[in-house]
Amino acid sequence: MKILRNSALLLIVGFMAWMMIHLYGQYESRDALNPVAEYYAVNGPEETGAANLVTSIVVTYRGLDTLGEVTILFLTAAIIGLLLRTEKGSRKKSVRESSEFLSTASGILIPVITLIGIYIFMNGHLTPGGGFQGGAVLASSFILVLLAISNKRIGHRLLDYTEAISGISFILLGILGILLAGGFLDNRILPLGNFGTLFSAGAIPVIYSLIGLKVGAELSNVILELNQIQGEEEEL
Amino acid sequence: MIQILLLIVMSVIMLVMAFIAIHHKSLQVAVIASGIISLFASVIYIFLAAPDVAITEASIGSALTVGIFFYILNKIRHEDIKK
Repeated sequence: MKILRNSALLLIVGFMAWMMIHLYGQYESRDALNPVAEYYAVNGPEETGAANLVTSIVVTYRGLDTLGEVTILFLTAAIIGLLLRTEKGSRKKSVRESSEFLSTASGILIPVITLIGIYIFMNGHLTPGGGFQGGAVLASSFILVLLAISNKRIGHRLLDYTEAISGISFILLGILGILLAGGFLDNRILPLGNFGTLFSAGAIPVIYSLIGLKVGAELSNVILELNQIQGEEEEL
Repeated sequence: MIQILLLIVMSVIMLVMAFIAIHHKSLQVAVIASGIISLFASVIYIFLAAPDVAITEASIGSALTVGIFFYILNKIRHEDIKK
């Protein structure tokens, strides 16, 4: 049995080595971009008005994919909420107070981290980052909120409404793109403005802010669910 | 030159952390080690001129994932004590 296993391992490693040698031998670095990338690099800034090319691709050219990603994230958050659902009465918690260090430091850190998250998704069309990154930063400041203010109950309702309203407005903006401009999620429903300023690139800052709020609310909801199941069994 | 050296040092630290994450006895240490892997990976992404990916990796890999793992670990430990 051991001989069989070892020989199978040897076979796999040999096959990997053979593939790697062939890959290495056939690799040649390209001098030019491929046609699609070249189109984006040449026409992207002009057509979308966004200084950050990645954002113009993610939000405008490949906006439908972004809608799919947001939907996947929404489904994940919804399924986690469904699986971790408990009876209303059993959610009483007996947690100890958070320490002096944590509550003092988080009082300073939470506003700063939240501000960075909002900055990241509002400036998604100018600087690196965007809705998903900003939303994740917002959710990481929400972890700190939960750790510092553990004795207060934080309601789902605000997060739920934020997520629902931003998701619906995202899709409505996309449909407005069909009606007023070239297609679904076209950013030219608003004036393109001056290249490189905050209010430029048409609807991209609005769309990315909505995505940021939605992603932040979804991830915060997941963390809130996980926080609320902590130590609930001791009560029963 | 110094950039390549830095990249090599960070890669070696990531490999060591990956080894710790797999083989350490305590699960808390393993979770923190995997968070450190994400942190160094995000620095490497900045060196490789991918700041968008770096922000994602830093916030999700080393903040959110570690937080979620600790919540789950805490929950599992409570269940173990009860049994």
